[in-house]
Amino acid sequence: MPKKSYRQAINEAIRQEMARDERVIIMGEDISGGMGAPGEQDAWGGPMGVTKGIMPDFSRDRVLDTPITESAFIGCAAGAAATGLRPVAELMFVDFMGVCFDQIFNQAAKFKYMFGGKAVTPLTIRTMYGAGFRAASQHSQCLYPLFTHIPGLKVALPSNPYEAKGLLTQAIRDDDPVIVFEHKAMYDDEGEVPDEAYTIPFGEANVTREGDDVTIVAFGRMVNFANEAADNLEKAGISCTVVDPRTTSPLDRDTILETTEETGRLVVVDEAHPRCNMASDIVGLVSQEMFGALKAAPQMVTAPHCPVPFSPALEDIYVPGVARIEAAVRQAMGKGH
Amino acid sequence: MQLSRNDLLAAYRKMRLIREFEDAVHEEFSAGNIPGFVHLYAGEEASGVGICMHLDDRDAIASTHRGHGHCIAKGCDERGMMFEIFGKKDGLCGGKGGSMHIADLSVGMMGANGIVGGGPPLICGAALTAKTLKTGGVAVAFVGDGASNQGTTFESYNLAKVWNLPAVFVVEDNGYAESTASVWSVGGSQAARAAGFGMPCTEVDGHDFFAVWEAAREAIERARNGEGPSMLHVRLNRYYGHFEGDAISYKGEGEIERVKAEKDALMLFRNRVIETSLLDAGDMDAIDREVKERIVQCVTEAKAGASPTEADLLTDVYTSAY
Ligand SMILES: Cc1ncc(C[n+]2csc(CCOP(=O)(O)OP(=O)(O)O)c2C)c(N)n1
Repeated sequence: MPKKSYRQAINEAIRQEMARDERVIIMGEDISGGMGAPGEQDAWGGPMGVTKGIMPDFSRDRVLDTPITESAFIGCAAGAAATGLRPVAELMFVDFMGVCFDQIFNQAAKFKYMFGGKAVTPLTIRTMYGAGFRAASQHSQCLYPLFTHIPGLKVALPSNPYEAKGLLTQAIRDDDPVIVFEHKAMYDDEGEVPDEAYTIPFGEANVTREGDDVTIVAFGRMVNFANEAADNLEKAGISCTVVDPRTTSPLDRDTILETTEETGRLVVVDEAHPRCNMASDIVGLVSQEMFGALKAAPQMVTAPHCPVPFSPALEDIYVPGVARIEAAVRQAMGKGH
Repeated sequence: MQLSRNDLLAAYRKMRLIREFEDAVHEEFSAGNIPGFVHLYAGEEASGVGICMHLDDRDAIASTHRGHGHCIAKGCDERGMMFEIFGKKDGLCGGKGGSMHIADLSVGMMGANGIVGGGPPLICGAALTAKTLKTGGVAVAFVGDGASNQGTTFESYNLAKVWNLPAVFVVEDNGYAESTASVWSVGGSQAARAAGFGMPCTEVDGHDFFAVWEAAREAIERARNGEGPSMLHVRLNRYYGHFEGDAISYKGEGEIERVKAEKDALMLFRNRVIETSLLDAGDMDAIDREVKERIVQCVTEAKAGASPTEADLLTDVYTSAY
């Protein structure tokens, strides 16, 4: 299978869906770039070059650069979705949701329910999240738990290039509003990605490792850290199952419960702040559904309850890493490990 | 009011300090010594300095992601700023904020801002404080041409107007928001927008310190006298990329070089004060040398400065024990 970067995988998914369905359009700030400028057109392709090259192939009619006006253009995408287009809007950094959240959670998310089932809102929002980039407090947050909280929204967190393409393609074909979270530290990650279009169904977890001792549930970039921790622990004689739920909404509860039942021990790894995050959500689920099957208290590995610091010295401690996951697994295993 | 010899020397020094600071950050960033994103203000010095010269410690400004120049102009300590940009513990924000969040409330600098359009509402707040507590203070929001399109900015115009707040909105129009040209992104004109909210607007050449200074004097006096908010539309150019690392391919051939050769703010200032015999070249050469040394010293010390440690991670989240 051909190897592609996370960035290429996303670009390819968008192109293939635009070619397949003329109702698919993309929009965002500098999503092509050079709008109205005397120099190079398609100069940016977004800040990370993810959408570069799409505009020349599909024209500015379907690749819309926007002014800096998230409330208007994210809302515009929601309105266009409700009236016949299938927009893919880029919210450059998820931190900017503060500017446009109403259009997402009060408008797009609720149309279907409030209108008695009559609305269909095939809106995709691509957004960048995560720490580790020295991008400081307003450009590094996770925030997917906030979206997960809202009924009517679907939330996907691709952890590798294969998932990036498959989940984004599913998002674009999905008739509900979907937020796809792309981790900014993963755009250059490479992996096998089929050339043809494919979808990854929402609410179906991927089990990346199977083991007997501990189940690690991890999200987004943290899946890669969990895999690494599991490989290290394997050498030390502790075998882990690693579950990548791939979407937080819908959530594959069954796979989480089944794999945790098999091992009896749970570690959840979530890059978000610790309060009301995916880790607390999963631990709550497991505790309620299968308390009796647990051999040890569930462990949560998360970022701390503070904004993302700028200084590399602090940010490196802030981001949950492989060592902390291993420590949590050993904690779950108890004395002697 | 006239600019005294001391005012002119101070204005030139601040502009030179900003230029030297930004050139040094550019070099250090290119050498891989500075983490994260930095957005440089080089080329735009006359705006920040020409405006902030009318402000004192009663007054507040809110800046943008391109904040270093505003910080220096408003009186932030350049050494503390450099430490901050390097992520060091002795930085103005303890290394927690970085380039995009430098702030010093003690000198009325309410922060650079990572959110485009984040500043104008905050400036309404600072203006409301000044009005309510009768401090005589004025609040100034710096807004890029890109930020001028944000809803938060328009809402702030209206709030400032209907509450008759002592606020000034400075639209620093450097022609681009990232790679997007303001001739495309701005519907209507800044002046017409201001008029739509019942605010006066002055258009000013942002390369010309004296023009900025004059226009700002009027706007700030108006606000201070309780006559309400107004706008300055300042046209200028940025010399570096949107952020460090930007290839700037969207600009026209020779665009930056032309501005540097014909309209550089420091060059225009020098020419003007020499022609009118207000200052000698020697006065300014001495400032150039002193400022250069100062910045070299800031960089050297910042590089050698201590980083924050784990004990600092969870401090400053709340005011009370948590
Ligand atoms: C709410 C929000 N949207 C988008 C961005 C990304 N962004 C950072 S700076 C910038 C361009 C700002 O342009 P302008 O206001 O003209 O200021 P300039 O960079 O030209 O000084 C953009 C789009 C952001 N930081 N915040």
